[in-house]
Amino acid sequence: MPTVAANIRRGRLTPLGWGGLIFGALIMVAPLLWTLLLSLKNNSELVGHSGAALHGPYTFENYVAIFGNSLTTRWLLNSAIVALGQTAGVLILASLAGYAFARLEFPFRRTLFVIVLLGLAVPSQAVILPQHELFAWLHLHNSYPGLILPGLVAPFGVFFMTTYMRGIPRELDEAAMLDGASRWTIFWKVIVPLTIPAQSTLAVFTFLGAWNDYWWPLISATRSDMYTLTVGLAAAQMNYAQTSGLGYLMAQAVFASIPIFIVYIVFQKQIVRAMAGAALQ
Amino acid sequence: MTAARDWRGLLFALPFLALYALILIFPLMRGVWLSLNQVDLFGDGHFVGFGNYARLLHDPVFGTSLVNTFEVTLMIVPPLTVIALFLALALNRAGKGAAIIRGIFFSSAVLSVTIVTLIWRFILAPDAGLLGEAWKTFGWQPLPFLSDEHLVLPALALTTIWWSLGFPMLLFLAGLQQIPEDMYEAAALDHSSRWTTFWRITLPSLRRTLVLVVMLQTAAQLQLFGQSQLLTAGGPSGASRTAVLFLFEAAFGRWELGYASAAAEILFLIILAVTITQYWATGRATGADGGR
Repeated sequence: MPTVAANIRRGRLTPLGWGGLIFGALIMVAPLLWTLLLSLKNNSELVGHSGAALHGPYTFENYVAIFGNSLTTRWLLNSAIVALGQTAGVLILASLAGYAFARLEFPFRRTLFVIVLLGLAVPSQAVILPQHELFAWLHLHNSYPGLILPGLVAPFGVFFMTTYMRGIPRELDEAAMLDGASRWTIFWKVIVPLTIPAQSTLAVFTFLGAWNDYWWPLISATRSDMYTLTVGLAAAQMNYAQTSGLGYLMAQAVFASIPIFIVYIVFQKQIVRAMAGAALQ
Repeated sequence: MTAARDWRGLLFALPFLALYALILIFPLMRGVWLSLNQVDLFGDGHFVGFGNYARLLHDPVFGTSLVNTFEVTLMIVPPLTVIALFLALALNRAGKGAAIIRGIFFSSAVLSVTIVTLIWRFILAPDAGLLGEAWKTFGWQPLPFLSDEHLVLPALALTTIWWSLGFPMLLFLAGLQQIPEDMYEAAALDHSSRWTTFWRITLPSLRRTLVLVVMLQTAAQLQLFGQSQLLTAGGPSGASRTAVLFLFEAAFGRWELGYASAAAEILFLIILAVTITQYWATGRATGADGGR
């Protein structure tokens, strides 16, 4: 993939251009900084006067309070379990199905693939009510399987892995076939190792999507100990007036964003590469 | 070879297909059936044909929610697309400075809707917000963004644009990388101005990315939910209730599952129609100049 450095054709950016960009960037970060400053203030100092956030004294007491609150840390754990579970599930299911659609012959293969692709056009709101009903029948609400499963059927992963596997030269699996390898061995020993870049891209996107999902956990997790961070923070901000202070609320927001910022910084390359792929399609 | 009769290949696809049938295809069908029934929390309900749809047509709350949805989508998609394109053009260059600024503009995109609304609630609030504080330093009266019928949708749009800039910007940056260098060299030989180069080379080459961004963003914003539910609960007096919030309230507030399903089907058809129209219109518009 060509890097941004590979073609610079716009000429120099004028000082005015840089000024505009930096001004825009400041507008982008101002809300984040404001949140950070609020989270570092004593709650009573902020009552009726949030401008106090612009000067000291600052304190970590709100963060200390989070660790004293078992629910917020429980939500963090729930989010981690759901996001990691969904990521693992999507990688396994999409790789297996992608291999079948890209390489194997079986009856109705084309028809089934088209049915999977059509699923890309189904918005989640069109299926969420019957999904809620289905999971109630299965007694899966307020459980980890219940939170994880709906994320596994997104057709994008299968589409993505099928496309990627079609690009792997067939000679590789034919050579293995001549050596008497089974389909499973070819899949596991030849194909999977060659798809590591695609796996990591799919993993990052699935993780981001699962971690940030609000819709499904909102209706499936109704017990506060089964909330994910998104739902827990939604409940916290809706009850804001009655409960703890503004600084504490903002500390929760910062606390909840730290894991995802770490994932973003570590996996920046995968994100950029995936975007390059999307722009090519 | 009897490959066509070999069912073993299907075994690899089966785990996904089984879940897909159970958790996506079945609910999709079941949703259509529910929309034709009067269903509440208890019991199976009874068949009412298009009764729910007829009721929706005469429900001013649903009508307003659709209008709000279209309005907020129109307030978001065009500015978002233009700003993202502009940023990509300006930031498509090497160097640490550009990389840092790219990172900053993308950073908000990794946050969840709950964190975004939490942040923006205390920017927009007139008595305790950052905007209010800024306004006061200029000696102006802070505006009640979230409690004024005319300001609430623009406020939701602003929040959403701030949140959503990252991915379109990255898509445009990736699109810019695909434009062959020699096209620009040819333009330079012709002494084309930057402006001409942009209109004649850059923009036509980005056509497919542009269509992708507009289609994805339109479909996403027509389903806008969290911002409205969390920041305003659809208020004041329904001025920011979107279609998805309407169906959420009907389903999980009043447990009118059939009625909510009918609303979901209508919104589904609208999203499909808009997406297909955009795809078809751009296909025709660009077919004329030899594009694919």
